[in-house]
Parts: sequence; C-alpha cells; structure tokens
Amino acid sequence: MAFIPHTPADVEAMLAAIGVPSIEALFDEIPASLRVKSLAGIPDELNEMEIGRLMSERARLDGRPLCFIGAGAYEHHIPAAVWAITTRGEFYSAYTPYQAEASQGTLQLIYEYQTMIASLTGMQVSNASVYDGASAVAEASLMAVRANRKSKSQRILVPTTVHPHYRKVAVAAAGNQGLRFEEIPYSPGEGVIAPTSLARYEGEDITALVIQQPNFFGRLEDVDALTDWAHARGIMVIAVVNPTSLALLKPPGSWGSKGVDIAVGDGQPLGVPMSSGGPYFGFMTTRMEYVRQMPGRIVGRTVDLNGREGFTLTLQAREQHIRRAKATSNICTNQGLLMTAATIYMSLMGAEGLERTAAASHARTRELLTALTRLKGVRPAFQGPVFHESVVLLDRPVAPVLKSLASRGILGGLDLSEYYPELGHALLVCATETKTAADIEKYAAALGEVMQAARAA
Amino acid sequence: MSKVPADLKYTKTHEWLRTLPDGTIEVGITDHAQHALGDLVFVEVPEAGRAVKAGEPCAVVESVKAASDVYSPVTGEVTAGNPKLASEPEVVNTDAYGGGWLMRVRPVAGGPAAELLTAAEYEKLQHEEGD
Repeated sequence: MAFIPHTPADVEAMLAAIGVPSIEALFDEIPASLRVKSLAGIPDELNEMEIGRLMSERARLDGRPLCFIGAGAYEHHIPAAVWAITTRGEFYSAYTPYQAEASQGTLQLIYEYQTMIASLTGMQVSNASVYDGASAVAEASLMAVRANRKSKSQRILVPTTVHPHYRKVAVAAAGNQGLRFEEIPYSPGEGVIAPTSLARYEGEDITALVIQQPNFFGRLEDVDALTDWAHARGIMVIAVVNPTSLALLKPPGSWGSKGVDIAVGDGQPLGVPMSSGGPYFGFMTTRMEYVRQMPGRIVGRTVDLNGREGFTLTLQAREQHIRRAKATSNICTNQGLLMTAATIYMSLMGAEGLERTAAASHARTRELLTALTRLKGVRPAFQGPVFHESVVLLDRPVAPVLKSLASRGILGGLDLSEYYPELGHALLVCATETKTAADIEKYAAALGEVMQAARAA
Repeated sequence: MSKVPADLKYTKTHEWLRTLPDGTIEVGITDHAQHALGDLVFVEVPEAGRAVKAGEPCAVVESVKAASDVYSPVTGEVTAGNPKLASEPEVVNTDAYGGGWLMRVRPVAGGPAAELLTAAEYEKLQHEEGD
C-alpha cells in the first residue's frame, strides 16, 4: 500500500477546485530569493543499504573527547534505565494525549513531571514542557506582558549575564510582537548584574526582569535583592535556572520576599544526552494566579464518574486549538519524549541523587579551576562563588589553544571572544560529576603544554 | 426560553447593556449566551482605566466547553471590572443580568457604538439562531 494517500487524479481535482495550476504555485508567496533550489551535499535519494553504509561510515568519525564545555548543555551521567524505559513503545511512539481514555499512562507521567518540576523550582504550577530553554525565555517574556497588567511598556530587562543564545532567540521570537528587550551590563570584575545598573530604571514602566542563576558565567547573582528590587516597582521576575543546581541553590519560588513570578530553564541536564545540540526540552513554571497566562499543555488530576482517579489535559482554553489567534502561544505542544526521560531520570535519582550530582559537579569545577589557574598565563576572570562553570582568562587568544587541545581529544571550553569581546581572551569551562581527578589533571597538563608551546613559538 | 429583560439593550454578539444613573454603561452577557456556554470556570474582566473601542474584545468568558471573547458595545473608558468574578465565575450563570455584570464603561460622548437591539429584537435574533 502506498503511504501517499492522494493519487495524481486526487491532486488534480483538489487543485482544480481551488483554481491553482500546480502544487508549486501554492508557494508563490515565498519570494524566489528565499527559495532553496537544491541542497548542496544532499543526494536525491539513497536506498536502505546505501544509507546504512553511509551512516556507519559517519559513526566511525565520532570521537569520545573529554568535554569541559558547558554553556547551556551539560554532560551528566544518565543511568542506563532512563532511556531503556523511555524508548519502550508505550512512550516512544505515543502521540499527543488528547484522548484521555487512551492515554492515561502518558498523562500520569506528565502529571508526575509537572509535580517534580514544580517541587524542584519551588513554584506552584508547571506546564508539560516547551521546546527548550531559549524558547522558554521568549514564551516567559510574552507571558509576562500578558500577566503584568499594570505595565504597558512591554519592556523586558535582560542582563548580559543571561545566555547569549537565549537573548537572541527571545528577540527573534518576541521582538516582532512589540516586546523590547533591553540589556543590562554586568559588573566587570564580578561577572554578575551590577545593582547600580538598575538605578537608571527607577520610576520607569518596566514589564519584567530576567535573572539567570547560575548566570552564563557560572556565577551566582544576588537573586534575593534583584527579585525584591523588581517587585517593589511592579516589575515581574522571570528566573532562568539550571535544574541540577536547584538541588543545592535556593529555588526561584523562594527568591526575595515573595519568590519569582515565572521560572524557566533548559531541562537537558535531567537525563537528556548532549546530542550535538538537541533536541532538548524547556521547563516552565509559574504562580497559580498566572496559570491562565502560561502557554502550553497542563495535565490535571481528577476523578471520573465513579470517583476513580484519572488524568486529563486541563485549562485548554489557553491553547490554540480552542482560542485560535487568542491563544497564549502559537506553540501549544510539549517536548514529550525528552520530558519522559527527565521524569524517569528524576525519579531514579531522587532528591538525594540530584543533590549528590550537583555537589560533585560543584566540587569538580572547583578542582578544575584550582588546577587551571595554577598554570602560567591562566587566571580567573571573576571573583566570587560559582556553581559548576566559570570563566578563566588566558594570556593569548583562546581559539588556537582550543584547537590544539582538541587535537589531543580534549574539548577545553567555550571561547567567549565572539560573545563577550570586552573580556579579552576569555574561556568558559565546566566540570560535572562525570569528570575524574585524572581527567582534570589530564586537561591541566595538556593546557600547560599547549600554552608553553605557544609561548615558545 | 431564556430570559430577556425588557429594560436592557442587546448586541448581536450576545452582550447586554444597562445605563446606570451616573451615565456609565454596565455590560454583561445574556442569559442565552451563558446557557449556550455552559458552566463558567473563568472570567477575565478588564481593569479600570482601560480604554475600549466598540466591537473590541474586552473580556473573556471560559466555560467547560469553550472560551469566548466578550466585545465592548461602546467606545469609552472602563470604570470597573466586576471583581467578584475572579473567584465566583458561576455568578454569570446564575445571575447573568445582575451580579454577573462584567464591566462598567463611561462612554465617550457621541462615540461609536455597536448596533444595539431592543429586547424584542434580541428575542427575535435568538429565535433565528434556534434557541
């Protein structure tokens, strides 16, 4: 049986009915300059045998480098059971759980996910996940504009200590909807939001303030003071947090005297492999009073006619299949499979396991920083506490150093010169619980050699 | 047959209007509308001070079946949104023409207004829509 449901005659009939000469003509409104004629390097078709061979050749090119890059995606140990369970057919192939009578397992899992994420962030309600951390920031900004009814400005303050990609995605996704994202500089020696930089917004109409904790540099912001400063001025607070860090740090629901209004983040550290950059998933939580302004799915627990417990999608009137153009978002789906993995990861790790992972990552990072800054030509960029990431400054350009390290099988960190040129030769490094003392020693020794060779050259 | 008080004005989009002694206009949804929506679970009303235009969505009523916009029948400034509905949306079901009012608007003098119907005309409209 053909998988294409329409015969050429069907297609002809449909085109004739709407008075269009060809399928191609349906795409007329896309300017020719934006159309791709052919994809370079992509063959028209390969059969199963050919594609199998190509992919196994490609797979052989994969290395297992020693990775010290974080910057938004973190290498954590994922217990084997996580993906063994996640890839069971019941989870792996299940589509959207609109039919509650056929989806109780999926719905209950989402409900458990929401409960765990709400408990981890200290917030009252979580949705069923969104695409990723970056799009979660964009959605949170749009949500703040809807929820902060006293503010008319649609101005969102975003410190430059927020992940550069998140800032870019927020502008791309929400900038054309009237939102204005205004950057706040960080304190040069400290790598955190400078309280003095907020003074200039005194008395102005601001909709929301975004605070990332730990921030992109791995540093810890003074979240209590920032949250209270914003709330005292009618500004909503959007927290961007790393879920692993919440096992050690104060959850956003407890920041300041009343907690943040919206907390989001990327869920990748919870059982999702780095996979060359995705797919990951984003999480999104808020206070109950704003739940109807939160986009995306929410699963609720209820009882059926006979009083038996059951699970169902709830508050759907916020979603696009009901409210059409008035929906809270044009993305009302969730990142089902990755959220499933995260739920299983969290349930296997438990609160204690997550805390141990966070503590070990913090300890490994401190060891890494001690080992690296002991080297000639390497010094810390900022003073003050970090979680599992930090910035070091080299006495020479970072890119060639990273290239030499890569040839030794070490991914030495992220070169920040593209994102923060003012920092000079800055390198963002990270160590999680997956790094041993020997790994750290190996990295420090290699960096020392590479730097010395560069000086000698 | 749903109730259609004779002393009110109506819109084709199922809002009712009552002119209060101070000249402001109280707006709600009709008994017919609440009945069609079913049990309301959430009502979002505009804040005082908001400028509304005739025909513009100004409130949201959400029931177990659907969510609908409520359109302002007049152009003016909102003087009050019904604060009670945040915690008791069901009042719109039980008392659509009284405690279930949604907002009060001070109309702009001579400003545009939606086409208003008398009670008799609105009853006729309901018949046509198959009530």
